[in-house]
Amino acid sequence: MLTLEKRAQPSRAWSLMTPILAVVLTMIAGGIMFALLGKAPLEAIRTIFWDPIFGEFSFYYRPQILIKAGPLILIAIGLSLGFRAGIWNIGAEGQYIMGAIFGAGVGLAFYPADLWFIFPLMVLAGALGGILWAMIPALLKTKFGTNEILVSLMLVYVAEHILSAVSFGALRNPDGHGFPGSRNFQQYEAASNPEIIAGSGMHWGVITAFIAVIGAYILLNRHILGYQIRLTGQAPRAARFAGVRPNLLITFCLGASGALAGLAGLFEVAGPAGQISIDFNSGYGFTAIIVAFLGRLHPFGILLAGLLMALTYVGGDIAQSNLGLPAAAIQAFQGMLLFFLLGMDMLTNFRVRLKQAEAV
Amino acid sequence: MKSIKPILAGAALAMGLTGAAQADDPLEVGFIYVGPVGDFGWSYEHNQGRLAVEEHFGDAVETTFVESVPEGADAERVMTQMALEGADLIFSTSFGYMDPTNAVAARFPNVRFEHATGYRRDHSNVSTYSARFYEGRAVIGTIAGHMTETNKVGYIASFPIPEVIRGINSAYIHAQRVNPDVEFKIVWVYTWFDPAKEADAATALIEQGVDVIMQHTDSPAAMTIAEEQGIFAFGQASDMAQFGPTARLSSIIDNWSPYYIERTQAVLDGTWESTDTWDGIEPGMVEIGEIADSVPAEVRAEAEALSASIESGEYHAFTGPLNRQDGSVWLAEGETADDGTLAGMDFYVEGIEGEIPN
Repeated sequence: MLTLEKRAQPSRAWSLMTPILAVVLTMIAGGIMFALLGKAPLEAIRTIFWDPIFGEFSFYYRPQILIKAGPLILIAIGLSLGFRAGIWNIGAEGQYIMGAIFGAGVGLAFYPADLWFIFPLMVLAGALGGILWAMIPALLKTKFGTNEILVSLMLVYVAEHILSAVSFGALRNPDGHGFPGSRNFQQYEAASNPEIIAGSGMHWGVITAFIAVIGAYILLNRHILGYQIRLTGQAPRAARFAGVRPNLLITFCLGASGALAGLAGLFEVAGPAGQISIDFNSGYGFTAIIVAFLGRLHPFGILLAGLLMALTYVGGDIAQSNLGLPAAAIQAFQGMLLFFLLGMDMLTNFRVRLKQAEAV
Repeated sequence: MKSIKPILAGAALAMGLTGAAQADDPLEVGFIYVGPVGDFGWSYEHNQGRLAVEEHFGDAVETTFVESVPEGADAERVMTQMALEGADLIFSTSFGYMDPTNAVAARFPNVRFEHATGYRRDHSNVSTYSARFYEGRAVIGTIAGHMTETNKVGYIASFPIPEVIRGINSAYIHAQRVNPDVEFKIVWVYTWFDPAKEADAATALIEQGVDVIMQHTDSPAAMTIAEEQGIFAFGQASDMAQFGPTARLSSIIDNWSPYYIERTQAVLDGTWESTDTWDGIEPGMVEIGEIADSVPAEVRAEAEALSASIESGEYHAFTGPLNRQDGSVWLAEGETADDGTLAGMDFYVEGIEGEIPN
């Protein structure tokens, strides 16, 4: 009979192994699902995982993976700081939207001026927008003890309404024949965020994401604040004795994740997306939660997880058009990845033992 | 993105050449949808158009599609992907795909693009197309005017854009013509597809005494609520008969099949050109679904006669005398609206209560 025995210490080996195991299991279970849908499983998995990186048109897909991964990594890094300390910002999607609106608003206010400082100013405004939106749950939590999960999540819907309102109102393109949506930043050079080296996929958002990964690693491992974050997550009472001020930590974690989500929104609106529109947000803020956990809340883990998630998006769309897989199957496939990863977590914290049933 | 253009254009060119060399290759047609093909509304009907193309051309044409593609960067990637993988013709079926469609079209001069409901044709390989849904609204507005007993018709509106405002005006004008006491209750839900929100809106309207619901959103949620509450509703985009067997009075069906077949044929024949199409009931782009038995025979006859007169071009859905909401004259007796005004319509006609949100 199989029994589970709690490990005294989470196993380091398993904690490294489980993400790989989860990916393998996802491929197997996903393969079975694809087979049931009447598609060749190996071909489907090859299309999703191999073709974007090594296939015929990988020269186009590889940069696209970076473009897709950039905002996911940037947001997930911010979220992971709070998650480690037990502060649950679920509303990154709203902070992402507000960052985009603030940043785009500043950029459009200068239209059509061609001044060097417009883009840097937009970056600051983007971060500020995210911070301000994240400060609402932070303030309510520190002053009134409200639940930051609910407040931050609800503010996503508020942000979506503001997005609609500015798409029709303040930021609407005056030359847009009355249709919603702002001017396109790709046609306004001073305010746009193009690829730094054309065809590389590297725009400022991707670079900022890489910097955030390194910054978070240093913060968590070399800085007292990082120590306090980790301590608060592992032993909140002990953290208090160690001099952690919980309110300050809550404000910092929500503020940092808001700032990074806001930046992601700004870089996206000024770059790949190009404009503020009613459907500008496409769920990066929520997917980043998966990325954060897939990456074990570890900066380098998040980097890899973000790239993997982006790969399944890019590859998934190729599989849709080339193999006729439904979008829902791709989403189920991505869901399996998270499911197996969390399921495999058990192996990190528990030992599986074969035990003889004792006679009574 | 600037210097990637020559590379991609080169790749496209190379593919164009190989395509020409092997004339027996089927024509590849890509479709990109904003919603799931199972939405039973907008994307569903575009997919029906795709299936019609497959059936009509058989082996001569191969189609692919990607569903639920967010507008913006993802749409640009998916269209580039289709072009790279050899598509000859791409239908991008949402307004928000306008800028990405034109951006990709610039890089693939040999691929033809058809963008639904937009107005930008920056390159000679981009066409735009849309349907005169307001013609259908005139017909179902007539039915609604007759069928309401509370004289309150509910209208679930998506976004305050000319397309939606045109639909409200057309429905109101024709409902009011057959029932001078009719009142329109309009709810703006700010979404095209959100079954939960649409259901909430329907419930709220029913609480205000509405007994007929029209909608300009894509899910059958309102139809389901109407069925439960024992009131009437109309199918939108697709027929939706299965969601409201007794509630459904009729429907406006978007029928893209004739257009998709015609445009695919044009590419096969080498006669494809950049065009701007705005078709209505006459070529069949807008269809009125079967009128239910719950509608009295004389109302049915009136609705069918109206539909026929629009189809023949004898009657225009916006024919004066018509005033704007503020009472100022819009169209004099016998005058009909020009397409320019309709395309940018941002006002209600006289009699509609409330303001267009801004």
